[in-house]
Amino acid sequence: MNLESLRGNLRVISALGARSVKQTFRRPQLVAPILVFPTLLLAIQTGGAGSAVGLPEFPEVNGFLDFMLAGAMIQSTLLAGNSGGIALAVDIEMGFTDRLFAAPISRFAIVLGRLAGTFVLGAVAAVWFLAIGLIFGATIEGGPAGALLVIVLVALSAAAFGGIGSAIALRAGKASVVQGLFPLVFVILFLSSAFFPANLMLEPAASVADYNPLSFIVEGIRDLIVFSLSLEGLAEALGAIALIGAVSVGLTVLALRYRLRTGG
Amino acid sequence: MPAIEAKALERTFSGGVRAVAGVDLEVAEGQIYAFLGPNGAGKTTTVRMLTTLLRPTAGEGRVAGFDIVAQAAEVRRAIGVALQEAALDPLMTGRELIQLQATLHGIPRAEGRRRADTLLDRVGLTRAADRRVGAYSGGMRRRLDLASALVHQPMVLFLDEPTTGLDPVSRKAIWEEVAKLNAEGTTVFLTTQYLEEADQLADNVGIIAEGRIVGEGTPAQLKAEVGRPHLEIRLSDDGAERAEEIVARFGRPLPAKDGAVLVELERGAAEVAPVVRALDEAGLLVESLDLVEPTLDDVFVAKTGYHLEGDETQTGETEAIPAP
Repeated sequence: MNLESLRGNLRVISALGARSVKQTFRRPQLVAPILVFPTLLLAIQTGGAGSAVGLPEFPEVNGFLDFMLAGAMIQSTLLAGNSGGIALAVDIEMGFTDRLFAAPISRFAIVLGRLAGTFVLGAVAAVWFLAIGLIFGATIEGGPAGALLVIVLVALSAAAFGGIGSAIALRAGKASVVQGLFPLVFVILFLSSAFFPANLMLEPAASVADYNPLSFIVEGIRDLIVFSLSLEGLAEALGAIALIGAVSVGLTVLALRYRLRTGG
Repeated sequence: MPAIEAKALERTFSGGVRAVAGVDLEVAEGQIYAFLGPNGAGKTTTVRMLTTLLRPTAGEGRVAGFDIVAQAAEVRRAIGVALQEAALDPLMTGRELIQLQATLHGIPRAEGRRRADTLLDRVGLTRAADRRVGAYSGGMRRRLDLASALVHQPMVLFLDEPTTGLDPVSRKAIWEEVAKLNAEGTTVFLTTQYLEEADQLADNVGIIAEGRIVGEGTPAQLKAEVGRPHLEIRLSDDGAERAEEIVARFGRPLPAKDGAVLVELERGAAEVAPVVRALDEAGLLVESLDLVEPTLDDVFVAKTGYHLEGDETQTGETEAIPAP
């Protein structure tokens, strides 16, 4: 790929990413899972289960909200990925992807454009929850640099999860199938340390949470909010994101090839 | 060099469904080629192969001189595509859609904006340009789809059933635009299930049924293949038998229909006057007289054995451009 072609593809990815973001904010049912639901859950859990911080072996935190912010962010990224998949499936159903496939652009740029949009939505969600945290008394122990790293980790996670949503959308071609994964998102989420410390969970949930890549991402983000910049936590989070990203890229490539071969 | 060429083009889907069973066609540069056939005949599958959206399972095709499989990217640069049901994002505005299409074709941002303005004006959507497509009528969507397919000034334009479901006024607007584009030099490949559309627009018509081309030629050639014009004569009094004897001198008599005397005229309209004179000289009073030309429907029936349903079921919606 020469420089001109790379520049052209980047322009296409950025245009499709911008479309994806606009599409989300113009369709309330896509915004709700990314911002509204996690905010409501955060409010309910923080209000109703705040005394959990007093449990023995609960991590030392400034407040339950500080602990919960990472979980809300990761819930938002999972749902952003799922919403991105739904939006792509809707594009397939209404034939919009045919318009894109008939254009002289790399077919992978079409998926990357969608993921670029999900990346931006992840960043928006991170900023939203950091703002909510700060307004309601949470402290970001990692400081401005920590906050910036939180935004990057959340945005990257959204893109990685978005890849899985896109792969399913490309393979199934039906929004209802991608939408059907919605409950699964919560199962994966609750079997991680997103909302509760893994060391306080019962077996086998505790063991699942220990190995759930989501837990590594959550802990990496949580460290930056609750403790301070931890290189080990950051590396583990980035490793988990890379793993999920690699799986989602592999699945997306296979699904895209399938769609192009069968013609949808 | 033909603008579009297909040789034994085939597509078999999983499960063994053979949607296109060996299509051969050639469209010269600057032509309007109408691909006529009922739903499920293989029109859309052929278009999807020619526009590189679907790989053929056998045969070959070239568009604008490029192989549709080996040089798919070059084909995509040379073609404009407006697919069935106007695949538009209802959440985008008309202007955004055309500008996105410009970006997809590598047109610089400022030039994309300029072309969007020009094209929106061309298809009469300037006032609706900044409204979301979801608020557009069917006719407006088709015009927007057409405009977006033109943003990179394609050599070959593929229109898949561009007027299906449109009201007569919107249909006519699309026809006019297609004719204008063709006059400017664009080759147009159009699929349709409307006989009138093919008759009005096309230089050449290909009739497809069950995945195969069963007839091809200019509308006039195709009509000539199925028969010559015939005269339908209604008399105001008895004398049909006598009239049949007289008209038989001018052409082949056809079986009477609803009391009318029918005769096929070898020289068409040129023989109407002599027939009328002969009937008059015989003292027969003619009530009405119609010269009936063969239609593409007759051609379709002759080639496939059935009528094209779509032409009878043309229904559309009334287009209304909401005030800004």
